[in-house]
Amino acid sequence: MKYTFSNRLKIGSYIAMALGLIMLIAGFMTTPANVEEAKAMVAASHDDGHGGHGDEGAAAVGHGDTEAHGGAHGEGEHAAGGHDAAHDEHVYHQLKNRPWSALYVAAFFFFMISLGVLAFYAVQHAAQAGWSPLLFRIMEGITAYLVPGGIIVFVILVLSVLHFNHLFTWMDAEVVEHDELLQGKKGYLNPTFFLIRAAIFLGGWIAYRQVSRKLSLAHDSADDNSNFKKKFRWSAGFLVFYLVTESMMSWDWIMSLDPHWFSTLFGWYVFASMFVSGITVIAMITIYLKSKGYLEEVNDSHIHDLAKFMFGISIFWTYLWFSQFMLIWYANIPEEVTYFVTRIEHYKLPFFGMVVLNFIFPLLVLMNSDYKRVNWFVIMTGIVILFGHYLDVFNMVMPATVGENWHLGIPEIGGILFFAGLFIFIVFNALTKEELTPKRNPFLEESRQFHY
Amino acid sequence: MASHYEAPIRKPLVLGDKGYHDVSVDIARPVEGKANKQWWIVFSIALVAFLWGVGCIIYTISTGIGVWGLNKTVNWAWDITNFVWWVGIGHAGTLISAVLLLFRQKWRMAINRSAEAMTIFSVIQAGLFPIIHMGRPWLAYWVLPIPNQFGSLWVNFNSPLLWDVFAISTYLSVSLVFWWTGLLPDFAMIRDRAIKPFQKKIYSLLSFGWTGRAKDWQRFEEVSLVLAGLATPLVLSVHTIVSFDFATSVIPGWHTTIFPPYFVAGAIFSGFAMVQTLLIIMRKVCNLEAYITVQHIELMNIVIMITGSIVGCAYITELFIAWYSGVEYEQYAFLNRATGPYWWAYWSMMTCNVFSPQFMWFKKLRTSIMFSFFISIVVNIGMWFERFVIIVTSLHRDYLPSSWTMFSPTFVDIGIFIGTIGFFFVLFLLYSRTFPVIAQAEVKSILKSSGERYKALRAAGQPLYTKPERGVIIEIEPEQEEVPEVVPQGQPVLQLLDRIGKFDIGSQIPDDLKKVKGIGPLMEKTLNKIGIFSFLQVSKMTENEYDLLDSITGSFPGRARRDDWAGQARKLINLD
Repeated sequence: MKYTFSNRLKIGSYIAMALGLIMLIAGFMTTPANVEEAKAMVAASHDDGHGGHGDEGAAAVGHGDTEAHGGAHGEGEHAAGGHDAAHDEHVYHQLKNRPWSALYVAAFFFFMISLGVLAFYAVQHAAQAGWSPLLFRIMEGITAYLVPGGIIVFVILVLSVLHFNHLFTWMDAEVVEHDELLQGKKGYLNPTFFLIRAAIFLGGWIAYRQVSRKLSLAHDSADDNSNFKKKFRWSAGFLVFYLVTESMMSWDWIMSLDPHWFSTLFGWYVFASMFVSGITVIAMITIYLKSKGYLEEVNDSHIHDLAKFMFGISIFWTYLWFSQFMLIWYANIPEEVTYFVTRIEHYKLPFFGMVVLNFIFPLLVLMNSDYKRVNWFVIMTGIVILFGHYLDVFNMVMPATVGENWHLGIPEIGGILFFAGLFIFIVFNALTKEELTPKRNPFLEESRQFHY
Repeated sequence: MASHYEAPIRKPLVLGDKGYHDVSVDIARPVEGKANKQWWIVFSIALVAFLWGVGCIIYTISTGIGVWGLNKTVNWAWDITNFVWWVGIGHAGTLISAVLLLFRQKWRMAINRSAEAMTIFSVIQAGLFPIIHMGRPWLAYWVLPIPNQFGSLWVNFNSPLLWDVFAISTYLSVSLVFWWTGLLPDFAMIRDRAIKPFQKKIYSLLSFGWTGRAKDWQRFEEVSLVLAGLATPLVLSVHTIVSFDFATSVIPGWHTTIFPPYFVAGAIFSGFAMVQTLLIIMRKVCNLEAYITVQHIELMNIVIMITGSIVGCAYITELFIAWYSGVEYEQYAFLNRATGPYWWAYWSMMTCNVFSPQFMWFKKLRTSIMFSFFISIVVNIGMWFERFVIIVTSLHRDYLPSSWTMFSPTFVDIGIFIGTIGFFFVLFLLYSRTFPVIAQAEVKSILKSSGERYKALRAAGQPLYTKPERGVIIEIEPEQEEVPEVVPQGQPVLQLLDRIGKFDIGSQIPDDLKKVKGIGPLMEKTLNKIGIFSFLQVSKMTENEYDLLDSITGSFPGRARRDDWAGQARKLINLD
């Protein structure tokens, strides 16, 4: 049965996009025009007593850590005289960065969902899984977002390189001039190479997405298994490419926002986040389509398996989060620990709140095997997990770009709304293109009879 | 469990025309049979190595740790390398039994038993090293948090070394319970087949009174799932905590956040390599080619290839980030690894762990048994070097160039290491003769879906099981009183009858010798021809008579002895 994009959902996605766009524009309009305005804005927001700041008293102390988020100022610049001016300048840049960061976090988050699904899809093929073929079209629908989502992220990166924003401080030649560490990294962290790498990553991922989709559709009308075998090979090859490029992408697009800081685990940590978000979205869309009377052959066991992955990968994510956090905290080496010092001082609520949402909540809710088969339960947990991982990206990006001046306000919500709308529109539109169930696949019957 | 439907495209996991009884017979055979010469040779070598290791351990403890090659700069080298190597090998067992169980990988059933045995034996080897390094192993209990009256100071919970104590002991105990649970139905199978009372007694003790009721099975499956759920985080935790031993420090080359998952991947990598090494030999020696098929070897090779690539990715990440960090100590640590005086260790590690598994991309190579065996050995060596590189190269050139030095092991170091290899193989060889080396109960559970016989029947559209038709009288040819016309004559026959007594067909009633397990209709006829008709005669047989009988019949040598015909006959007399 072919899926028809319900009008309500379509209109909903338009509204989300429109509303999100308005909010984003509003965010850009309200950035301070100069340093004075920035000072006034910060003062006003402090008067509001808005709670997200964590420990207000730490603000002054925290300034010593600005090194960590940005490294925009060489150490010499902190001479006592220029201190205040430098601080104000810094705040001004942070406020200017805010709508850009809101845009970037949301753009990356939804892009990462479709990339996570693509990896999951490739794993299904490489592992010759028998339970999942009924879900392949859903996954292909979600990865349809990879092309526009990837292009949007790429455009934002190009705009960063063109100095439309100051998200990546190492792109600022003046900053690098005063920073010995960044000079040492110039061989890797330079705008040209950065964009070439981004193009290679995106090109490779999108190529696999298109090829696998083509083979998947061709297999439906073929009369042998040659497409299936080809897809197996492509999937294995893609996973190797992905293993390498995913790590590099996370260093480039996220870790280099804090250009002094480094962690070898970072790439795999980001992977866990995208993997669990992707699987969660597969489960949610599958349940939605089932509730509309599609996907009759998908049974509770399929949902159960997806929920088990949500549970397992959530714990895996926590494992990596803990490993990275604990080792840096324990060793307490100043160059490294500053990353977490900033987050604990200024992002206490989102930083630890994210651990609750991404670990404790799924652990308790999805522990019971019966609950993994209750559809609305999986949807509820999915929403929490997705919000938790949005916060995860938020925590990875914001401290570097806006420092202590973070909010979950109009531009952030606007970013989420806009990209959620776009994501829904593209994904569900792609789902209408083909039958929701593959016609033939050597393991299709296993998937149909799948019962746990 | 999962549905029983299996796509026809999947290759069978049990080859040949195997039914349920064949599985029992094949898997009980090594336990019921006698060890051959090769087994004794290998066992003796392992035992000698083990004893040599024991000697070195005694020498170390009685003389002091000074007999090792450690020095004040490299104060942790050989022992910890071996410890991590053995713990790493001990990972595949639980991964195969728990993680692959959760992922419903049916092929694990052919290898999980041995992999778990390997796990337990290698964790034992690993545990030896810290205990020896304590210098006074009789005070080993001081690592436990016990009150000070027992002589210890309260242990330091901040130390990852203490976490190790808990992680490894938990892992060992859960693995042991998991292993034993799986063994229960299989021990019961051996028990039910056992003929000699001693064996029967032992195996019924080992099988904890397993009866095979539906309730037994239901509990068995429940416990397996719960244990698998418990064991999965343990697989990660053990090597994670081993990696913390290094990564929580501030030593360049040790302090890196990727260590936990990378150590786990490396452990699975080395564990699978060791499973591969052991099983390629075992399938040959124990004739288990139908169960541990080339497909199993191929799949293990793929796991080795994947984990090897992950490890390779981690090596390169470390290398790159060391440069990227801009920290000169970090940069030097890695430069020194690759180009310093231990370059050969570094490049051995790279070659063995990263390059060699890439051959497995080729189907021809990963389905070649000899090549797989070769690569598995290479990987085992490579993973030993990995730990050596991480530990020794990071320590031997510290912050103070005046204290830079090299490490060289003494004969005691080497002796203890060889001793643990010997100990490991002693345990494994004993295991292979006394335990059902394949989880036969589990294999039987997939026989209908994945056995070659049943797959072929299904493909041909035939029913998997046909009942004998009812109401049909199966005609059995009445056995004719067959008086042997030509009695086999000769010295041995006379000798034999001399010892066990003659049978007079005229006055005595012959027994149904077929009641003795191991005597079929043919053998009965042969025995009759010789002049053996009664249980009484059979019961008098001893070693010499068995040999005589073998020399006369020439068929199934050793069978009478193995099945203990005399013992059986004695019982049958009592029954009558």
